[in-house]
Amino acid sequence: MLRLPSFRYLQPTSLSDALKMKADVGPDGMFVAGGTDLYPNMKRRHQEPKTVISLMGIPEMRKLEGWNVGTCITLSTLSNLPTFQHSAVASAARLVSTPLLRNMGTLGGNLCLDTRCNYYNQTYEWRKSIDFCMKKDGAICWVAPSSPRCWAVSSSDIAPVMVAIGAEYRLVGPQGERVVPAGRLYNNDGINYLTKQPDEILVEVRLPAPNGWDAVYHKLRRRGSFDFPVLGVAAWIQWDGKTVVDARVVLGGVASYPQDVPEAGAALKGMSLGAETIAAAAEAAYRPSKPMDNTDFDLSWRKQMTRVFVTRALGDLRDRHNK
Amino acid sequence: MSNESKVKIALVVNGELTEVAFAPHKTLLEVLREDLSLTGTKHGCELGECGTCTVLLDGTPVLSCLALGLACAGHSVRTVEAMAQGGKLHPLQETFADLGAAQCGYCTPAFLLAAEALLASNPKPTRAEIKDALAGNLCRCTGYIKIYEAVELAAERMNGRV
Amino acid sequence: MAEYRVIGKALRKVDAVAKVTGTTRFADDLAFPRMLYCKLLRSTEPHARIVSIDTAAAASLEGVHAILTGRDLPIPFGILPVSQDEHTLCVDKVRFIGDPVAAVAATSEEVATAALDLIKVIYEPLKSIASAEEAVAHPEPRIHDYGDGGNLHKLIDLEFGDADAGIAAGDVVREDLFFFEGSTHLPMEQHAAVAMWAPPPDGKLTLWTSTQTPHYVHRAVAKVLALAPARIRVIATPNGGAFGGKSDPFNHEIAVAKLAMLTGRPVKITLTREEVFYCHRGRHPTLMWVRTGVKRDGSITGMHFRSLLDGGAYGSYGVASTYYTGALQTVTYHVPRYHFQGARAFTNKAPCGPKRGHGTPQPRFAVEVHLDKIAEQLAIDPAELRLKTLVPPNSLTANYLRVGSMGLGTCIAKVVEGSDWKRKFRKLPEGRGVGLACSSYISGAGLPIYWNNMPHSGVQLKCDRGGGVTVFCGSTEIGQGSDSILAYIVAEVLGVDPFDVAVVTADTDLTPVDLGSYSSRVTLMSGNAALQAAERARQILALHAGRKLDVPVERLTFAGGRVFDSKDRKRGTSFAEAVQWAEAAEGTVGTVGSYTPPQSAGKYRGAGVGPSPAYSYSACVAEVDVDPETGIVRVPTIWIAHDVGRSINSASVIGQVEGSIYMGLGEALMEEMAYRGDLKVVHKIPSLLEYKSPTTLEMCDVVTYLVEDPDPNGPFGAKEVGQGPLLPVMPAVANAVYDAVGVRIDEVPITPEKVLKALKRKQKGEPARYGPDSFPEIPWPEPVRVPTPWEGGDGKAVDRVHA
Ligand SMILES: Cc1cc2nc3c(=O)[nH]c(=O)nc-3n(C[C@H](O)[C@H](O)[C@H](O)COP(=O)(O)OP(=O)(O)OC[C@H]3O[C@@H](n4cnc5c(N)ncnc54)[C@H](O)[C@@H]3O)c2cc1C
Ligand code: SF4
Ligand code: FES
Ligand code: FES
Repeated sequence: MLRLPSFRYLQPTSLSDALKMKADVGPDGMFVAGGTDLYPNMKRRHQEPKTVISLMGIPEMRKLEGWNVGTCITLSTLSNLPTFQHSAVASAARLVSTPLLRNMGTLGGNLCLDTRCNYYNQTYEWRKSIDFCMKKDGAICWVAPSSPRCWAVSSSDIAPVMVAIGAEYRLVGPQGERVVPAGRLYNNDGINYLTKQPDEILVEVRLPAPNGWDAVYHKLRRRGSFDFPVLGVAAWIQWDGKTVVDARVVLGGVASYPQDVPEAGAALKGMSLGAETIAAAAEAAYRPSKPMDNTDFDLSWRKQMTRVFVTRALGDLRDRHNK
Repeated sequence: MSNESKVKIALVVNGELTEVAFAPHKTLLEVLREDLSLTGTKHGCELGECGTCTVLLDGTPVLSCLALGLACAGHSVRTVEAMAQGGKLHPLQETFADLGAAQCGYCTPAFLLAAEALLASNPKPTRAEIKDALAGNLCRCTGYIKIYEAVELAAERMNGRV
Repeated sequence: MAEYRVIGKALRKVDAVAKVTGTTRFADDLAFPRMLYCKLLRSTEPHARIVSIDTAAAASLEGVHAILTGRDLPIPFGILPVSQDEHTLCVDKVRFIGDPVAAVAATSEEVATAALDLIKVIYEPLKSIASAEEAVAHPEPRIHDYGDGGNLHKLIDLEFGDADAGIAAGDVVREDLFFFEGSTHLPMEQHAAVAMWAPPPDGKLTLWTSTQTPHYVHRAVAKVLALAPARIRVIATPNGGAFGGKSDPFNHEIAVAKLAMLTGRPVKITLTREEVFYCHRGRHPTLMWVRTGVKRDGSITGMHFRSLLDGGAYGSYGVASTYYTGALQTVTYHVPRYHFQGARAFTNKAPCGPKRGHGTPQPRFAVEVHLDKIAEQLAIDPAELRLKTLVPPNSLTANYLRVGSMGLGTCIAKVVEGSDWKRKFRKLPEGRGVGLACSSYISGAGLPIYWNNMPHSGVQLKCDRGGGVTVFCGSTEIGQGSDSILAYIVAEVLGVDPFDVAVVTADTDLTPVDLGSYSSRVTLMSGNAALQAAERARQILALHAGRKLDVPVERLTFAGGRVFDSKDRKRGTSFAEAVQWAEAAEGTVGTVGSYTPPQSAGKYRGAGVGPSPAYSYSACVAEVDVDPETGIVRVPTIWIAHDVGRSINSASVIGQVEGSIYMGLGEALMEEMAYRGDLKVVHKIPSLLEYKSPTTLEMCDVVTYLVEDPDPNGPFGAKEVGQGPLLPVMPAVANAVYDAVGVRIDEVPITPEKVLKALKRKQKGEPARYGPDSFPEIPWPEPVRVPTPWEGGDGKAVDRVHA
């Protein structure tokens, strides 16, 4: 049996208690929500908190009011809400791992998900055998040995959607509260992949009201369940009649952050979604898509798939609009 | 480690209020198997990657290898041991046994509970809905087909009964 | 055809209720008072000399009760007598990342794990070998100091008739190269074992373990611990899946046995998923070259087949696996002259061994795709081509395998009709295609693992005066339903309800030897042994019932829990009373049965691998969808017909077929045991997440046809089903991909990357193929030359021609 190391477990029932507990334990403490990312990581000794503070008992974080979503709602709830207008969010949630995991994993955990890498998501013993890498316990990056940074991959399915649709995150920390655009939370660095302070809690996600925009999410992976995205394409379009007023294409699974490709958005702006426009946007997204050799599948194939998947996502948006 | 002091919680296990003491880092899977001797719940990876450890937590199928035992205080857990009642098999157990949906039987408790939860929320699932609901459980023996058939037959029988 | 009451029915399995209620006790479910937990420290080097191991700090950790290193267990073991190359814990060298070097017994897994961290091992790294080709190119440093030279473990060269001349006589001569990537069994249950020691004067060791082969574990434990076998009891717990992966004796089994002896306490080990990948013994990655001559009418004139197997770090079953890559090419299609050259290399990876189909899925993939290409060249429908070259039933092949019942023709007809083949083949829209392939597999091997002339399977049977029957047999339940087979056969013969038959299996103290659940041998061999024991019991019961009832013995029928006169059903008694009469007259009613396979016809060196009492046959059609933009292949449906001889339980047989298709589909599309060679030779990701086993969403629909062509050697005519139906899946899918998009993927698994690369080549007008393009030079030995039966051969090799 692969087991958890020993730690202290705290279950606050209010945000202020949670913050206080974290302040008391300092860097040795970590927040946990569903635990579906943190616990496997702890079993493999990626994270070794001495104290784990659960956010699941904080009522404020389990609320769903209008377009404001508490981050402790589970992915199943998120994907099953029948009245949910934001179908891209719901479908991204539905594409995460398995039904069992979605019953446990939360929105907040998904948005704060640790970055992933084939050299990192391994047991301690495995990592020891090739020698540790800089993301944990070591000094070098095995994916790009001459690189000063870690290239571990942003593997959240929902984060690219949040960035694409322009959601906002409400963070609460010891310094108070701030609301940031989703894209601002992420850093293109496999180690410091969040701009959030470790003692800040992501409390709520504010989704934009549905008014003339639409978005889709397409996911590439080996199997229809269990697997993380090796490429995610979130595409968002603000329509005016047949014309694209504004657009964003955000790629997941190819960089250490959900990668907004402004060139792709620009290629769509002011256009109607014809085959040529779509091809131009797909080409624009393809060029900066630079997957590294640290997930399932061959990296050059993943890069090629960017073009195919962006084309399909945009085609999907066009078809939805024409319906 | 082993010398770590235990904490005691109360939870409902298979309908019975149960008090159990264990080291705080133990998962629900470990508590069930090691502290409550409910070894019907199996495990294949302990990392959330196979579904073999499925139990129902407040009626919802979850991965017991990723649920912390302490987090289950006050909640209700259902394992395969509770499915047969009064000396009679649950309809799903009957059909799994009759159709050969259990070969080695190692994945079976998990499939039974995931299927039970499915039928509770969707008494007449289509084949596609069954596949979706069971997509988090791996079975290396059966190719799943006999499992689908068993779920369908149990659903029919359970619907006939009400 | 005889009317059976039990045989052939879709009955519940005898252990079904235990399995659906979670009461089956798997090895990890066992717990004993004062039990200690064992963990193994595994090598972090792929190939290195052990300079020193310091266990002092670990030993002083509170809760640690014993630590073992290689020197504590110097006697080697291994499944084959010719490859006794494993140690419980490495002695002076480690040979792959994952090789165990130390074992700790402690009061909890947590303490044991903490102790491992404190053990300091100093290694002196050696150059490592990452692939079979590398092993051929680098004879030094040697991974083992035995074998056929350098890093070649085994070289085989067998020639049946003048194959070159035969091939040259073909109107078409075709040569192809194929590669089959390694894959692993991935049973859902991680291996586990518990050992208990009763100190002298008892001096008795009990070992519960999730093994397919308790008898071989018994032998290995006795050898390594130098204990009398009589003082060792091995109990195979029901296996939570095995597929060949639990048929070697393993380090961890011996380690807990030794630790139990040292500490005097029960010791348990449960491997983590990662460690299961290190136990491996899975499919050998195999490079293959084949050249065949074929006449315009489709008949084969000769075949030359070469295989190069990447064996990993130890021998395991590898010598047999290597022979198997050459042995069964001849039992499906008539190959009048045949030359086989096989090589197995040692590499610094987890050891390969027998996985479902043992050594035969790789060549089957090669041959069936090769034939598909030949059919196209000859413009013959691939189904027709095969029908024209079938091996006749009751015949001897060029390599002296005796084929009995042979239902392949019927199998092909079934899937051709069921899949609507004629309307689909080469006629579906671009992106959709169908492919056909066939196969055959043994129903048990003709020879045991170690040389002896005792039975391969034994059964004891006891009739109770209450009417119950108990059958004792060494066979092991691994999910395939072997316990039920015993009950059904005994119930059929004695006319009792199968649920009145108690089955006691896989316990070396209680049950007569059965060699184990491998080679698809159990239904045929332990089934025959059970049949013999049951028939003997019936004779005894009939003798006394006949006397009491005053009915001639030949007229007695055993059915429905009664023994009665077939001419006058009322003249009879209960089965229980029949037992009582016999018991009163003769004492306890018990019988034995045993089974030894027929002598094989081949007498040459190497003739031991391939012979079987009976061969099963399968034909398969796969339909695929190929996305030309991504290369992603989906398989909506597979049609499969399997000649099982006679199904003992139709539900179980179909279950085995569907399970085989599942595993074959995984191998065809996504499963691979991938390694990194760049930094260190290390398993790429030993996890259930990254080893891609199909989920419900990938599994195809399966349409199964059972063909029953009873074989005189099988109990009630039964042949195997657990492995054979896996074999045609990979080539059928590959052939279907070609039908769909016109590219040949001569390599398994058929991943989207490979398909897309081949499609790009096709667009550029290059050969539309993805696969290997060379076979290394191998120092083949002088061939063992055996004249074929039709050239007057007698199964013996002719003397080597000395220059
Ligand atoms: C086998 C497997 C497959 C998976 N497949 C996918 C997949 O396909 N797609 C995908 O996107 N994910 C996948 N995941 C990852 C993960 O399970 C999900 O993303 C899940 O949503 C994480 O949520 P959680 O609540 O369980 O996170 P937790 O494990 O509780 O937390 C994850 C991290 O976020 C932090 N955190 C959590 N909530 C907050 C908060 N509110 N404020 C601040 N910090 C917080 C935690 O401290 C921790 O560092 C998979 C995981 C496994 C084990
Ligand atoms: S990208 Fe490099 S540094 Fe980051 S986890 Fe992978 S190997 Fe380690
Ligand atoms: S044991 Fe595999 S998911 Fe829990
Ligand atoms: S029945 Fe063996 S894993 Fe499902």
